[in-house]
Amino acid sequence: MSAGEQALAGIPGVPLALRGPAPVRVVAGFGFWLFLLSDVIIFSALFATYSVLSGATADGPSAAELFDKRHVFLETMCLLASSVTCGFGSLAIHRADAAATYFWMGITFLLGACFLTMEGREFASMVAAGAGPSHSAFLSAFFTLVGTHGLHVSLGLVWLLIMLLQLATLGFQPMVARRFFCFGLFWHALDIVWIGVFTIVYLGAK
Amino acid sequence: MLGRLSWSAIPFDQPIIMGTCAVVGLVLLAIFILVTLKGWWPYLWREWITSVDHKHIGVMYMILGLVMLVRGFSDAIMMRTQQALAAGHAAGYLPPEHFDQIFSAHGTIMIFFVAMPFVIGLMNFALPLQLGVRDVAFPRLNSVSLWLTAAGVLLVNLSLFVGEFARTGWLAYPPLSELAYSPGVGVDYYLWSLQLSGLGTLLSGINLTTTILKLRAPGMGYKRMPVFCWTALASNLLIVAAFPVLTATFAMLLLDRYCGFHFFTNDLGGNPMMYVNLIWIWGHPEVYILILPAFGVFSEVVATFSGKPLFGYRSMVLATMAICVLSFFVWLHHFFTMGAGADINAFFGIATMIIAVPTGVKVFNWLFTLYGGRVQFTVPIYWTLGFIVTFVIGGMTGVLMAIPPADFVLHNSLFLIAHFHNVAIGGVVFGVMAGMNYWFPKAFGFKLNERLGKAVFWCWFIGFYLAFMPLYALGLMGATRRMQHYPNTHWQPLMLVALAGAVLILFGIALTVVQIAVSIRQRQANRDRTGDPWNARTLEWSIPSPPPAWNFTRLPNVERTDAYWHMKEEGVSRRELAGSFPDLHIPRNTPVGVFLAFFAVILGFALIWRIDWLAAIGLVGAVAVALWESWKTDLEVRVPSQEVAAFERAHAPLVHDVPSVELETVVSGAGS
Repeated sequence: MSAGEQALAGIPGVPLALRGPAPVRVVAGFGFWLFLLSDVIIFSALFATYSVLSGATADGPSAAELFDKRHVFLETMCLLASSVTCGFGSLAIHRADAAATYFWMGITFLLGACFLTMEGREFASMVAAGAGPSHSAFLSAFFTLVGTHGLHVSLGLVWLLIMLLQLATLGFQPMVARRFFCFGLFWHALDIVWIGVFTIVYLGAK
Repeated sequence: MLGRLSWSAIPFDQPIIMGTCAVVGLVLLAIFILVTLKGWWPYLWREWITSVDHKHIGVMYMILGLVMLVRGFSDAIMMRTQQALAAGHAAGYLPPEHFDQIFSAHGTIMIFFVAMPFVIGLMNFALPLQLGVRDVAFPRLNSVSLWLTAAGVLLVNLSLFVGEFARTGWLAYPPLSELAYSPGVGVDYYLWSLQLSGLGTLLSGINLTTTILKLRAPGMGYKRMPVFCWTALASNLLIVAAFPVLTATFAMLLLDRYCGFHFFTNDLGGNPMMYVNLIWIWGHPEVYILILPAFGVFSEVVATFSGKPLFGYRSMVLATMAICVLSFFVWLHHFFTMGAGADINAFFGIATMIIAVPTGVKVFNWLFTLYGGRVQFTVPIYWTLGFIVTFVIGGMTGVLMAIPPADFVLHNSLFLIAHFHNVAIGGVVFGVMAGMNYWFPKAFGFKLNERLGKAVFWCWFIGFYLAFMPLYALGLMGATRRMQHYPNTHWQPLMLVALAGAVLILFGIALTVVQIAVSIRQRQANRDRTGDPWNARTLEWSIPSPPPAWNFTRLPNVERTDAYWHMKEEGVSRRELAGSFPDLHIPRNTPVGVFLAFFAVILGFALIWRIDWLAAIGLVGAVAVALWESWKTDLEVRVPSQEVAAFERAHAPLVHDVPSVELETVVSGAGS
């Protein structure tokens, strides 16, 4: 980056669009936002498919018969709480406070793991009751939509572990902080998707 | 141990396939021996395979597209030959199960592995140069995208020799593509190769969108971007919005096939039409993903060679973005016959007619740019003029089919085939050829041979009309697509004309290779030492050809559209020799892309053949490579100021320089 560009970046009178290349932090964050948007579009395709196929139970169990809303509510609370702790973790990273980062991100991990365990138990009980994904189009769509979200949470947990390892080995360098920032965006985005799942799949069960 | 894989997977009894296999094998072996004997491996590894330079990645995409064009065209001419022969009692030379694989492979390859690499290659090469910056937003990711696309290419070609390809058509509609009706590996090859390359395309789309929106030279506001950048922006936004739908759709079909799910099956509530809707929600934006960058190329070419600014810059931008949005509202016109009802068909029919309007605006803009200009009849302008004529015809047949009742007659006929080849060849291929001839001297420092370039054009141009105009007529006469054989011998004469057209296009493709070879031999005579061989208007021409790894030693300061043209008009100073140059930092090469692609191919191959342990190796390998890369901290190489200075001095007398950033002008530019 030349001296001219750096000088421009701080001039308030120059519109953002004319200031030249944005700093790495902004570019990385923006790129990750775009990735999240594309991810949300994957979910939107799955939501659309679920909506179309949710009545196609092939004489098998329907949504209303299968779902235990109390269980799912607790599950939801775990995930929402993990977003709060993830937010505290992000603040700790901003302060470059290693101990607080490990603490809050550790709690985030545990809450995410609770969510996954509860989801796994729900899936297992459905399969045990003969309502596995290959039983009807409705169940295929349900397991795929909710399972894709679960897969994202699992990948998020793996990513979080890797980031904690990177923090331990590489310290608070800008690259690590950027990745934590992107992880935070990812984690919150999964919450938003889950709100959609909770509303459409579970509350909307007929 | 080896899943479904056994010796019977290799079609020893099929002479055509085994012959192809032998020829491809020999060519690859010859290339391998040549490169080894010449000792080129270190160079290839260093400068190309591990390169994160957008210019090199762009060129590699183009090479990938050219190679696959040969493959896709071989399929095409085989189909044309079969249809020229197999009339009445004649059976032709291709059995149905082989013919079905050929038309499926032809469509898949031409869209995903020819048109996409071409278009992404042009955008990769030209965007950062036009935007006046040093590279794309994520150079390492760029390399990963390229190699994932190459992984898809490898799998699709592997299907020729090991196993089979899909016989389902290029979009693999269920229920035919379900396990019950396509139990072989063909559909799995299709799905996994497209999942891999689709991921590469998505990452490319994110990368280039970020580049355009976040990395532009100082002063280059949106209204000062070259039109190619605008069309590329629209195209990449569409990639980000549409490709995830493709990924999700294929994932659902994979779950049906691998895990016994029932998304699109005939039984247990599955809904095949859901697949058709989803695939076209990706598919229609896809055609604009391909054509918009071509529109951008034509806009650059027509302005440059008319010596005028593009007519109606604002309307061009508006038309581009209108197409970008509207492209999501027309998908159902691909299946009016589904039976969605008159209201829905009417909505999509009208939307389809509306989307023709901005395209019409563009055509008039190009015509008005030419009007009154001092047009230089170079190779790119040949392609542009050929495009305008051809694309208007293709567009009008498209609007004709947008009328649902007409579509009920023409659906799945050769009329449709003629229509989309009319826009795909007349639009995308012509645009890519124009772009290739236009930017080649920028990439390599010498021009492509003009005479041969024009010969290529005439072969394609006349060849296209001979090959596809008869198909319009045949479609109206009732000939359907994908016929391995037809009883009506009255159709045969037109089929023979179409074959003649295909042969002419074959000459065009062969001459392209000759053109490149001859131009390389004559490179001293055709060398361009100015960096601006066409007297062009945009920033990529303000730097030497080929540009240095860092593109711009000093980022240019942009004050208006056609930035370089105005710099020339104002007699901007020659390159400064005096003064010190800063150290520059460029991204370090990395083999992560090619390693990831290596394991991705293993993973894909193992999943296709259901070899669990091999799939595990592929997955673990890919994750390990990604982790290894993520721990790297030394991501940039310093280019010492002496090296920068030496480069500048070597090119100083030749190239106009653009002034470095000056605060006042940017601020005043902001106010205007």
